[in-house]
Amino acid sequence: MVITLGFEGSANKIGVGIIRDGKVLANVRKTYVTPPGFGFLPKETAEHHREKILGILKEALEVSKVEIKDIDVICYTKGPGMAPPLLTVAIAARTIAQVWNKPILGVNHCIGHIEMGRLITKAKNPTVLYVSGGNTQVIAYSNRKYRIFGETIDIAVGNCLDRFARIIKISNDPSPGYNIEQLAKKGTKYYPLPYSVKGMDISFSGILSEIEKKALPHKANKNRKKKVEDEELPSHEDLCFSLQETIFAMLVEITERAMAHCGSHEVLIVGGVGCNERLQEMMGIMCKERNAKLFATDERFCIDNGIMIAHAGWEMFTTGTRMKWDEATITQRYRTDDVEVTWDVASDE
Amino acid sequence: MSEIAIIKQGAEAKLYKGVWNGNECLVKERFVKNYRLPELDKTLTKSRIKAEQKTIKRCEDQGIKVPKLFHVDFNERKVYMEYFLKAITAKEYIFRLEKSSDNNALDLLCSKIGSIVGKFHVNNIIHGDLTTSNMLINFNDDGYDVIFIDFGLSSYSAGHEDKGVDLYVLERSLISTHSSLPELFEKMLISYKETNTLSTETIKRFEEVRARGRKRTMVG
Repeated sequence: MVITLGFEGSANKIGVGIIRDGKVLANVRKTYVTPPGFGFLPKETAEHHREKILGILKEALEVSKVEIKDIDVICYTKGPGMAPPLLTVAIAARTIAQVWNKPILGVNHCIGHIEMGRLITKAKNPTVLYVSGGNTQVIAYSNRKYRIFGETIDIAVGNCLDRFARIIKISNDPSPGYNIEQLAKKGTKYYPLPYSVKGMDISFSGILSEIEKKALPHKANKNRKKKVEDEELPSHEDLCFSLQETIFAMLVEITERAMAHCGSHEVLIVGGVGCNERLQEMMGIMCKERNAKLFATDERFCIDNGIMIAHAGWEMFTTGTRMKWDEATITQRYRTDDVEVTWDVASDE
Repeated sequence: MSEIAIIKQGAEAKLYKGVWNGNECLVKERFVKNYRLPELDKTLTKSRIKAEQKTIKRCEDQGIKVPKLFHVDFNERKVYMEYFLKAITAKEYIFRLEKSSDNNALDLLCSKIGSIVGKFHVNNIIHGDLTTSNMLINFNDDGYDVIFIDFGLSSYSAGHEDKGVDLYVLERSLISTHSSLPELFEKMLISYKETNTLSTETIKRFEEVRARGRKRTMVG
């Protein structure tokens, strides 16, 4: 029996999770929510995490009913992410591990998402679509690593959504993506946007600037003589609808291309954007049309959380990975394919 | 024209064995993708069939071996093209050579692939989906030809950015698909530089595209 505790705080969520051999004992999380029109900045986000982290830890311990002496290892997010929040969480994790006299283990955030998704959905060897505020990757496992088959060549899909939410100044509570999804449900008119797919890679920046022009034509063209009347402007609902339909179609397309290329019959969606129901629905239709199976999770596990770090740490720890104190650092850039997979994913060909 | 059996379902199309003017041919049906909006699906399918048609013509004009195109049916979303019955994909071929550790044969293959990609780019042809699944190895008496397929995402551009991204897509797919052979891409670049006389600028842009990818902070 191995119990691991995981700290996550690479972006605007701070979470603590406790897991025992695949059984979730606690999963506590808080989100730093900014006012409409504003994103989360590194310094303020770190302050938020510093303020909340001990309270969340206490709550997680209470919920889990685990005694400190029974915890085997303290895991934390080593990267990738924003430096100040990562640092805040790493310092807390190192301190707790020292005080409790436990070993420490730094975990790759992306690997955390994938392993968490596999645990919850029981997907065996899926093609993984990892979509969040900072990442957009199509991943498949081979030869002891999660290999990146496709990736954004500019901004992440979640970043594109977040920035559009700021352009039209909608609420960031509970998340900008969630509010775009709700508006999109009421949209009916489709405004064509650039569609940018390059093999299994993808690009979003052109779409973002195009939709900004549609949303704020005054800003885009200051010299125009005739003023655009407000009633002529596309509604937020229709713009959200058009944006989602375009970028999700692109994501499903590159996932399907990777599946055809790898001969895979399973898809797993992970990351914060992965709990969008329209994306899940579209991916489900694609899978049905090629006799494949879709695996997805809900917001408890899709959105950054401590459990994903605790569980990936569990996989590493139980297969012999240990970390020295001077290796327990953080890194903003830490690619999914930098991690050697020591645990069993699927029988290698 | 008639269709016999489905051969495989690719990412964008179903492939059937068919008959055109009495000869065996490949029928590529870009079936309706129900996951995307009908208007988006229609525009994309049409533009991809057109891209394939145009690029195949351009390649033929430049003497680059591609499947012959017999007939295009926009209503049925079908393209009738030459069928390479005995060909295998470069992906399978590389797996085979990897098993037998045949380095000379790998060098030859890389040189052939690189030289064709160079020919594409010097003629402003952007393939758009350069993976080893989209290259066929067609054996003949003198060895084999490498035949590139799947031009649905192709475009025509003199821009070094587009060519750089094309190379980036190729490198990425090689690293992920053939992870135990990290030298493939560098080997391809040798012959690429020979056929693409404007390669210096393209490779500079390619390195910029690559750096952009690696520099991007990856916030969870």
